[in-house]
Amino acid sequence: MLKEQIGKQSDKVKNVVERGAVKKFAEAIGDLHPIFFDEDTGRLSRYKNNIAPPTFPRVFDYGAIEGLNLPNKGLIHGEQTFHYVRPLLVGEEVYCYSIVKKYFEKKGNFGQMGFLVLESFGEDSKGTTVFSSTSTIVISEAVRKVLNR
Amino acid sequence: MSTVAELQVGELLKEIQLKPVSRLDLIKYAGASGDFNPIHTIDDEAEKAGLPGIIAHGMWTMGNLAKLFTEYYEDGFIQDYSIRFKGMVFLTDVITLKATLKEKQEHKLRFNVQAVNQQGNDVLKGEVVFYYY
Repeated sequence: MLKEQIGKQSDKVKNVVERGAVKKFAEAIGDLHPIFFDEDTGRLSRYKNNIAPPTFPRVFDYGAIEGLNLPNKGLIHGEQTFHYVRPLLVGEEVYCYSIVKKYFEKKGNFGQMGFLVLESFGEDSKGTTVFSSTSTIVISEAVRKVLNR
Repeated sequence: MSTVAELQVGELLKEIQLKPVSRLDLIKYAGASGDFNPIHTIDDEAEKAGLPGIIAHGMWTMGNLAKLFTEYYEDGFIQDYSIRFKGMVFLTDVITLKATLKEKQEHKLRFNVQAVNQQGNDVLKGEVVFYYY
């Protein structure tokens, strides 16, 4: 049952804001601004470095939450938030993990829908949070039946 | 270029209209993000999921929208970015990205943001809080 997963969290995983990955990501969202990949632009900026686009944390590995086995099909991404203390810098290490924040069910157009809210964090090497994000995943009754089996 | 802090409440950032969504756009985003859910790239899989065709990753559209703010990187950064995905984006859809200044506080500019398709329907909607130094 998904309700029993509330409060569970993954172990932190070390990620690197890789230069090549940032450029590829910026390309994929059509945001090829030099602040993301041109070293001179980065160095001369107030960040003294290249930065990553705000939705870049989609790329990170947050580790697996034990017991939370979501299918890779049939899920709907309902909502997404990001909160930043500062922009992510290209080259830095970020320690990422996720926690199951909420689960609730609501009657919708397609039966009893489940809403799973995952909160994720990225910390610098000193353990200070750089960003946090929440993803609300909508799970239909049909998919939930398979999960509960 | 004027600074973002000179904007008045009710004013819009310069809108961006994206080129019609192509399969290659979504293949590229799948590769760059690591989200290989096949409903975004493979017709058969989308149909099996009950969709009329492949749909864009919600995060592709959300990622695109953030570029309205990129040129202001010297003035500040996106502190909060919250989105609700309202509708699906299909191949050949033409998406327009918009941000309207809703509220001005010290160091904080609160924008309503939306991505609208060619029918005028919101495909995503939300808010950006831009922190300015």
